[in-house]
Amino acid sequence: MSGSTTLSKKDFQTDQEVRWCPGCGDYAILSAVQAVFPELGVPRERFVVVSGIGCSSRFPYYMNTFGFHTIHGRAPAVATGLKVARPDLEVWIATGDGDALSIGGNHLIHALRRNVGVKILMFNNRIYGLTKGQYSPTSEAGKRTKSSPFGSVDHPFNALSVAIGAGATFVARSIDVLQAHLKETLRAAAAHRGTAFVEIYQNCNIFNDKAFAHLTEKEVRDDALVHLETGKPMVFGKGRDRGIRLKGTELEVIRFADGFGPDDCLVWDDRRSNPAIAFMVAQMGRPDFPTPIGVLRRVDKSTFETGMVGQIERETEKRGVGNLQQLIHSGDLWTVHEDGTIS
Amino acid sequence: MKLPIVDSEQGSSRAVDRERLDDVVIRFAGDSGDGMQVTGSQFTSTSALIGNDLATFPDFPAEIRAPAGTLPGVSAFQVRIADYDIHTPGDAPDVLVAMNPAALKVNLGDLRPNGILIVNTDEFVERNLKKAGYERSPLEDGSLDAYRLFQVPLATLTRRALEDSGLDAKAVERCKNFFALGMAYWLFSRPIEPTLRFLAKKFGARPEIADANARAMKAGWNFCDITEAFQTRYEVMPAKLAPGVYRNVTGSTALALGLVAASRRSGLPLFQGAYPITPASDLLHELAQLKSFGVTTFQAEDEIAAICAAIGASFGGALAVTSTSGPGLALKSEALNLAVMVELPLVVVDIQRGGPSTGLPTKTEQADLLFALYGRNNESPLPVLAAASPADCFDLAIEACRLAVRYMTPVILLSDGYLANGSEPWRLPELDRLPDFPVEFRTSPEGFAPFLRDPETLARPWALPGTAGLEHRIGGLEKQDGSGNVSYDPANHEHMVRLRAEKIARIAREIPPLEVDGEPAGELLVLGWGSTAGAITGAVNLARRQGLPVSRAHLRHLNPFPANLGEVLARFERVLVPEMNLGQLAFLLQGRFLKPVISFPKVQGKPFFRNEVLEKIQAVLGGSR
Repeated sequence: MSGSTTLSKKDFQTDQEVRWCPGCGDYAILSAVQAVFPELGVPRERFVVVSGIGCSSRFPYYMNTFGFHTIHGRAPAVATGLKVARPDLEVWIATGDGDALSIGGNHLIHALRRNVGVKILMFNNRIYGLTKGQYSPTSEAGKRTKSSPFGSVDHPFNALSVAIGAGATFVARSIDVLQAHLKETLRAAAAHRGTAFVEIYQNCNIFNDKAFAHLTEKEVRDDALVHLETGKPMVFGKGRDRGIRLKGTELEVIRFADGFGPDDCLVWDDRRSNPAIAFMVAQMGRPDFPTPIGVLRRVDKSTFETGMVGQIERETEKRGVGNLQQLIHSGDLWTVHEDGTIS
Repeated sequence: MKLPIVDSEQGSSRAVDRERLDDVVIRFAGDSGDGMQVTGSQFTSTSALIGNDLATFPDFPAEIRAPAGTLPGVSAFQVRIADYDIHTPGDAPDVLVAMNPAALKVNLGDLRPNGILIVNTDEFVERNLKKAGYERSPLEDGSLDAYRLFQVPLATLTRRALEDSGLDAKAVERCKNFFALGMAYWLFSRPIEPTLRFLAKKFGARPEIADANARAMKAGWNFCDITEAFQTRYEVMPAKLAPGVYRNVTGSTALALGLVAASRRSGLPLFQGAYPITPASDLLHELAQLKSFGVTTFQAEDEIAAICAAIGASFGGALAVTSTSGPGLALKSEALNLAVMVELPLVVVDIQRGGPSTGLPTKTEQADLLFALYGRNNESPLPVLAAASPADCFDLAIEACRLAVRYMTPVILLSDGYLANGSEPWRLPELDRLPDFPVEFRTSPEGFAPFLRDPETLARPWALPGTAGLEHRIGGLEKQDGSGNVSYDPANHEHMVRLRAEKIARIAREIPPLEVDGEPAGELLVLGWGSTAGAITGAVNLARRQGLPVSRAHLRHLNPFPANLGEVLARFERVLVPEMNLGQLAFLLQGRFLKPVISFPKVQGKPFFRNEVLEKIQAVLGGSR
């Protein structure tokens, strides 16, 4: 398969039987990724999908690209090594809330701060699915699960806040059932240089069903979500009758019925160099705010692999390609001659 | 006293006795901040250039600067120089330079009776004596009568020598180690020029510092020359080493150079993932310098990321290495098993240190052997190699890389703190005689499957992302042989477990048979592995000179063992196994070959002394007479 051949969704499907539970949100994500990859103009063999452990991490087996199903939490580390060794590859990571934010939290934040040129798709179902239903680092406080029969006493992570706090250069959120929005978000991630972090709300219909129903059901969707679109005011609601404005150092919901209009709303800009507003917006959600989806942050910063490769290139230019004979013969040398004399 | 500076560094300005020694052990000991490592290294480099055989043993605390003058803050550097082939840095020092009371207290017990003892009297004040736990000054109570004591106010003399240097008091104080070095150069008839060159290079940007250290060194030399107390100068003639070009090399440097050589010989770019850990960090420092050799060094966020990134780089076609010490290897276990499972080449360097847990970070030990072989969940076979000397690290680094790419397997290469920091003369190899193992990646999609195997080595193909038609998935789940598809089939699982074991076992076909030094059969074989080689060789040579029937062999391949090991063991009535653990190789040998062996453990964070091994040999053989 060469770069000039037109690829289709089918080219990215494998012959492996997909083994997620019927009705799992992962199917929708798989479908969106398989639909977007052919659009990117990248030969199939240059895609690598890397994953950790969990339901989401079975993803590589179902993508007809190169794939590496690694170990729990370590996908960003494996992907970092791969991307540095092979900057020519398009490296995508499939991970989950437990994989990325719990056991793999360290690797996640360091990949983000380094700005490694990989795409991280974090499927967030707010539960451990593959181990059959324990609370996860994104489960809401008080969550009753098999491992928290009296309610979880953990405070959850907000994944977007973690990413922004770690210095991520691209941070976005979408939802499994919003296919058009999800594809649009994936395209934006693909176009970004550096680490693209995409949180995808994903329904686990077995262990945490309807976790996002309050955002996705038709009747409530418009009131519960605010779409972040750069250049546009943050307006939401069924009749697009409400908005978000910045008052002092706080965000607040304003109702147009109270005399406000779109001009009073915060105009969204994902390229603000200061991450403070993106961080505040990332914190929005029930009960006082709609939940933001779309691109929260998109800024340019040099990538890790460019820096690493650049150093090798500059040093090689400066010194010439390393000479092994000279290297071994460096330092103080002496010669023992056949007659035993030394010089 | 104003000291004249002489021009002729070799000749003395007065008549002194000259005594020729075949072998001398010198230990420089002081506070961590006293520069003892630099002093020892300089004495070593200069002695190498004279042509002495040598071996070094730096011994320093884990604390960067423990409180000045305290016992835990003592740092030492031992060097042994000889006019013949030696194998260890020596048992008991003949000369001890003690820069303060703590250094004296910690090291005096090792000094041989009637040894030369040079003390810096400036530090022997009440406060420092107290810190070192002396109630009275040992300089005054007769407790040093068994030694040839030289009391030298090193700091005062250095200060006087640098009176007009324009440096502040602190900078002047820091030059006193070079005063001591100058004294050692006079005593052992070494030239000072190599160190002058070193200073000029090291302090190129600050010539006043280079100059001050040079003056301090010359002052030390002159002090000995004009002080009647020093009546004898010693000489150690060049050793008869095999012809060739030599340099002095530490295990860390040799290992780094070996990895770069392997990168060249395999045609693969080197990728090192590492997290700082004592005593393995030097390998990271060495390789980080070598970017113009196409070397990528990745300082990861933790040990796990370091190995995982290396695995990722290996998937992408790099010659991947991760380096660590025991605690780091523990963290890497799960990822190492991933490399076993997906059958990707990887070299894991474990520079062993004292343990368990944080243990003795700067001290040496060989107690990760069983861990390297078996410290992973489930059946997890991989090759394990162990270097025998600092220079041997070069050869074994190449061998580890060769096995990794040829058999598509992770390989553990064991070194230890003693090898990593210790040094010896290294006869430089001819590059075109190094093993050549150009790697060929799979490129043809014809009949490709990711776990089809080479019939000889059982290695699977290395198929790189970016190669059209070879798209495939690998992972930690059990896979069907051939296709690589995830498989839970019971029979397939057992087949794969056996196959992974067989692949590693087959390596024994191509590793060199174990060679026996001495009689090929007889009463006693001393069998070692890793850094004990020097002490064992020295001890066995001495024992033979005493007429004892003893042979010696040394294992560099710990898994698989050389194919003839069982047969070698069977030829000897008794087998003595010295190792710096509680008998791990002994355990392996007895389990594998049902041959009783005599374990000789030492777990003190210090290498074996030659005489310890010798006495054990004498005891074992004596018991049989």
